[in-house]
Amino acid sequence: MSPGPPSPAAAAAVRTEALTRRFGAFVAVDQVWLTIPRGQICGLLGPNGAGKSTLIRLLCGILAPTSGAAWVDGCDVERAPECVKERIGYMSQRFSLYGELTVAENLRFFAGIYGLDRRRAQQRAAWALAMAGLRGQEQRLARELAGGFRQRLALGCALLHEPPILFLDEPTSGVDPVARRRFWELIYQLADAGTTVAVSTHFLDEAEHCHTVLLMDRGRVVAAGRPDELRQQGLDGVVVEIACDQPERAVDILAQAGWARDPALFGASVHAVVDDARAGASRARQALTAAGLTVQAVRPVESALEDVFIHLIERADRAAAAARRSRDH
Amino acid sequence: MGRRTWAIAVKEARQIRRDPRTLGLLVVVPAVMLALYGYALTFDVKHIRVAVLDHSRSAGSRAFRDGLFHSEYFQPAGALADLPAAAAALDGGQARAVLVIPRDFGARLAAGERNTVQALIAGDNAHAAHVALTYLEGHVRHANRQRLDELAARHGTELTPPLRVEPRVWYNPELDSSRSLLPGLVGFLLMVIGAVSTSLSVVREKERGTLEQLQVSAVRPAEFVAGKVLPYLAIMLFTEALILLAARVLFAMPLRGGAGWLLAASVVYLLGGLGVRLLISTIATTQQVAFQIAALATMLPSMLLSDLVFPIASMPWALRQLTWLVPARHFIAILRGLLLKGAGPRAWGLPLLVLIVFAAGVFGLAARRLARQLRGA
Repeated sequence: MSPGPPSPAAAAAVRTEALTRRFGAFVAVDQVWLTIPRGQICGLLGPNGAGKSTLIRLLCGILAPTSGAAWVDGCDVERAPECVKERIGYMSQRFSLYGELTVAENLRFFAGIYGLDRRRAQQRAAWALAMAGLRGQEQRLARELAGGFRQRLALGCALLHEPPILFLDEPTSGVDPVARRRFWELIYQLADAGTTVAVSTHFLDEAEHCHTVLLMDRGRVVAAGRPDELRQQGLDGVVVEIACDQPERAVDILAQAGWARDPALFGASVHAVVDDARAGASRARQALTAAGLTVQAVRPVESALEDVFIHLIERADRAAAAARRSRDH
Repeated sequence: MGRRTWAIAVKEARQIRRDPRTLGLLVVVPAVMLALYGYALTFDVKHIRVAVLDHSRSAGSRAFRDGLFHSEYFQPAGALADLPAAAAALDGGQARAVLVIPRDFGARLAAGERNTVQALIAGDNAHAAHVALTYLEGHVRHANRQRLDELAARHGTELTPPLRVEPRVWYNPELDSSRSLLPGLVGFLLMVIGAVSTSLSVVREKERGTLEQLQVSAVRPAEFVAGKVLPYLAIMLFTEALILLAARVLFAMPLRGGAGWLLAASVVYLLGGLGVRLLISTIATTQQVAFQIAALATMLPSMLLSDLVFPIASMPWALRQLTWLVPARHFIAILRGLLLKGAGPRAWGLPLLVLIVFAAGVFGLAARRLARQLRGA
């Protein structure tokens, strides 16, 4: 413990520099640079196989990076994984508990694993029971609990040692919507109390709960920022909603027109991205009417994060395909 | 012991207790197996079925035949009419041997002339045939001796054979083969029984994701290994005590050597076995694979290369060297020394040393592999 100003690495809860992990020829995490300030909820989003779980495992010190570096609470994940492990809590989508042990026995076990003394173990177990809503259920076997309770008990076990940083790998898959909402309320409470939370999810609506969002695709971070920032800037334009007959033909016409980006069916109408709301709307109306379609309405709408993510991922895919083509020739 | 080691050991013990099948497999089954094997796995050949083709039909031939069936080694399998019937009896397995008594047997016997009986023995089971032949010769020798003594008594003298063997069989005077097998069985059962459940315990954690949860905690590989192994070691020691008790009650198995040495050797042997299973569980990714490797790696060598069934002394050179790697071989040697012989450390010091080296080696390997897995490399 040396006095003096904290090192830049210690200032952020999590920081990485060109963090990369390969499995053979496959690059699961590709040159990721990120910073998560303390006390924030950072959402990792992206399709399956985007590298979210691998990134979390790298940050937890249970997977060694191939190259690059990462610091968690100031500890180097490659050189001092033990230091990292003492400062983090981790929960995966499997809610890894021992099913044949009771609720109380699971809590006692994890308290032992984290090296808590008896008094602190009892205090923290009481806290976890209250948090999970399992008071009075101490003697039930963990495998008999419903999904939401198992999830919250697993979270309680991961937090027994009061880690400053919590990693959650798809924590809400496999639980019902009510349990999902309750779970996010818990995450807010933790963040309010100062815990930094990094959470991966494939539910796009959960991105709205996060302070910052990282969108990952093919191992890379393709976009990062606050949800409202991403909504405004992620598209380089405005979303217009077009209500017309033959929406499928409308998508084809707009795709060939060139000035509308990412036209896509959205319910019974069509969404497309244009540079300017007013000019784009009148252009779309003209083009579709000229093609013989009946256009009922064209109006700008606020983009959902979903629009942004689809747009960004398609752009990243196009860029990757173009890079492949130029390399092959 | 560290808090983390203790936590893992307590958890492991609870899991075993909650799983009656595993507990039964670990504790009760070995003693039952010992009883079963002890009675069934005997190399004593008794009640050999012998059919008789008596051409003589005299008082002498009847006396010879009845004398044979007095012992528990032979049992009558009927009287035969002719040689084809004898062949049929051997072919069909109704008899393991056929005794052919010639027509003039009774007359020559009465006259004190040189006499012959023919024995046809089914050689398809070489061991049984060999034993049958030995018993038969013994019976004839006994009959001859009686006859000679009678003749000598008639002349008022006593016969003294020029050379006699005075056999004293040590350690197992009755040459009871079940007793000589028991130490081997104990070693075999201890290696095989625990193999499966122990090697499953780590793989199960891999499958359920709880291992990952331990990985992100600051548990050190050594703490993990110690916590995993200690409860199983305690249970297996209890199992061994139970087996030895069963051997004592059922087969009058003695313990002639020091109980302290027995405990020490057992701990080393069991640790070696547990180390092997831990190593297996670091290699296998599913319970099924772990099960198969464990069964293969422990069962066959402990049965075939341990001196339990096949004597190592009569194996080819290369195979003999291979048996050095089989812990059961060394433990069985120690057990025979301690249980049957009551011999001192000079007799089993080397096997014990080999077991210590073996246990240290597999634990080192398992811990290194586990450390790498906990680091996620």
